[in-house]
Amino acid sequence: MEKLLEVKNLKTYFHTFKGVVKAVDGVDFYVNKGEILGIVGESGGGKSITGFSLIKLIESPGKIETGEILFEGNDLVKYSEREMSKIRGKDIVMIFQDPMTSLNPVYTIKQQIEESLILHTNLNKKERHERCVELLKDVGIPNPENRLTNYPHQFSGGMRQRVVIAIALAVNPKLIIADEPTTALDVTIQAQILKLMTELVKKQGCSMILITHDLAVVSEIADRINVMYCGKIVESSKVSTIMNHCKHPYTRGLLNSIPDIKDNKDRLETIDGIVPNMFKLPKGCNFYPRCNKRMEECENKEPEYREYKEGHYISCHYPIEGER
Amino acid sequence: MIKFLIKRIWQLVIVLFAVSLLVFIMTSLVGDPLSLLVKENASASQIAEATEYLGLDQPAYHQYFLFVKNALNGDFGVSYRYQQSAIHLIIERMPATLELVVIAMALSIVFGIVFGVYAGAYPNSFLSKTIMNLSIAGISVPSFWLGMLMIYIFGIKFGLLPVSGRGEVGTILGIKTSLATIDGIKHVILPALTLSMGSVASIIRLTRAGIQENMVQDYVKLARAKGVKNRKILFGHVLKNTLIPIITIFGLQLGSLIAYTTITETIFAWPGMGKLIIDSINSSDTPIISAYILLVAVIFVVINFVVDLLYCVIDPRIELK
Ligand SMILES: Nc1ncnc2c1ncn2[C@@H]1O[C@H](COP(=O)(O)OP(=O)(O)OP(=O)(O)O)[C@@H](O)[C@H]1O
Ligand SMILES: [Mg+2]
Repeated sequence: MEKLLEVKNLKTYFHTFKGVVKAVDGVDFYVNKGEILGIVGESGGGKSITGFSLIKLIESPGKIETGEILFEGNDLVKYSEREMSKIRGKDIVMIFQDPMTSLNPVYTIKQQIEESLILHTNLNKKERHERCVELLKDVGIPNPENRLTNYPHQFSGGMRQRVVIAIALAVNPKLIIADEPTTALDVTIQAQILKLMTELVKKQGCSMILITHDLAVVSEIADRINVMYCGKIVESSKVSTIMNHCKHPYTRGLLNSIPDIKDNKDRLETIDGIVPNMFKLPKGCNFYPRCNKRMEECENKEPEYREYKEGHYISCHYPIEGER
Repeated sequence: MIKFLIKRIWQLVIVLFAVSLLVFIMTSLVGDPLSLLVKENASASQIAEATEYLGLDQPAYHQYFLFVKNALNGDFGVSYRYQQSAIHLIIERMPATLELVVIAMALSIVFGIVFGVYAGAYPNSFLSKTIMNLSIAGISVPSFWLGMLMIYIFGIKFGLLPVSGRGEVGTILGIKTSLATIDGIKHVILPALTLSMGSVASIIRLTRAGIQENMVQDYVKLARAKGVKNRKILFGHVLKNTLIPIITIFGLQLGSLIAYTTITETIFAWPGMGKLIIDSINSSDTPIISAYILLVAVIFVVINFVVDLLYCVIDPRIELK
């Protein structure tokens, strides 16, 4: 399969007054063409910052320290701001975590969708209008003709999120980075929107990175999954492998904490402890303090991120044996 | 819309009623018009005649109704000093003042917004820091002091610009203005700069704060993610959102500019209504004082009305109520 995006040893740090936050600390991954990659992990794991780093929207005090972001073979890290603005919104688009505030309150919906079309296509005015209507229809907004002249405050939260998705899809991107695209929505709409997005991805043949903390959701629509913990990828593989043969204790912990109606477990299992302080990360494995399989070696020696089996990457000294 | 208009007009009536009552009370308490109007050696019958002429023998409420009735007809009485209709005197001097105010306002908007946007967008540059320091000076320095400083530097020391009066006045589109002649423009520079300094400074600070606040909003990030260039984000997305609070301040500033013309006009001997009102206060010329106060009250209400209209144009979330 052809790789659309390949990230090598990417590090994004925040240099705050209190110290350095290693939000993304040396991650390696790739996205194939037409593939959906899920990124999961607890809050603060660096999922969003990974997404922002890919389009280089990291604001001070944050900085991409090192690494390569090879998009169709070109290293985006070396690109200037001007070159990036030609890629953003055209080849790579991002849907943010918080849909409520992502739209500009003083522009109409049409103006905001059209902006992308004006920047990245040669459509004329009439064609742009038609495209706007079509997009709103695609994301399931009733009565699109009339809705175009509305302002964001006249839309509900769910509709706003659809508009943000419509903006992302406006110019047929090659890669969509969707950061928790549905967390702000109620459950029925969540499923609807995710279905819609996967359909559109398949239809347009683009790739998608779906960021979420919800393993259950991602397991249904993604092809592969990266599990992130404290700025590092701890495990990465095909969905079926992660779900059935995961090797990292953290992944196992996440899986066990998914509520399962069929299983009828008395009590949900949780991962003990809390995410460590980002300023004082453990010396060895970041997961050491919370791990139920820890050994002496884990305390002082950082595990290497390695290919455990073909296409199955893991960073753990003592991978779990056997099936789940 | 019509409901909004009616509400506004009703407000205007109430404001004017309150102001007229205040003006009436103040002018009848302060100073005795008779002593100004009649000669020192006037006879008793002359005084009685003047009393009757001014209606001073009537009960107070009657006098007030008479005052309102005349005021509605644009008649505020005759200036004691000039022996001319008070309202006429004011209207005659109004263009000079409005000219000053409009120029000062234009300077505030242009410099205030341009410098403010710059200082907000590049807060760490040397120029931004200079702008911000100067703006503190602009807010804290009293305008009479600044005016005198200007006169000293530009007028006396270097002799670059005239410092007194309005200069040669020409006509543009039927309006008499100093802007029609080079000499007039030279005359207007210093007073307009002095007058605008405070509001330039406030608008700079407000714009900067607004820009900085908006730059970190998610919609800016989305715009950048769409590939919009920084400059377009700044002057499009961000500025439009920032304008909302600026318009409020703009209205308030316009009011205070009109008020401050009294000082500026006095310093620069500018023949506007601000100087007229100071002179009239000094000589207890009540018809002019009352006419001026009521006129300014009307102007304030109108400004507020326009500001509310502008709000609706800029911020779609606000509807006329
Ligand atoms: N502007 C910033 N300044 C300092 N630290 C930051 C900044 N933005 C993010 N971080 C830190 O970077 C780390 C990763 O944040 P990120 O937003 O990527 O988490 P996340 O995995 O997306 O979490 P969530 O699931 O809650 O969205 C966090 O520890 C956070 O505190
Ligand atoms: Mg996040």
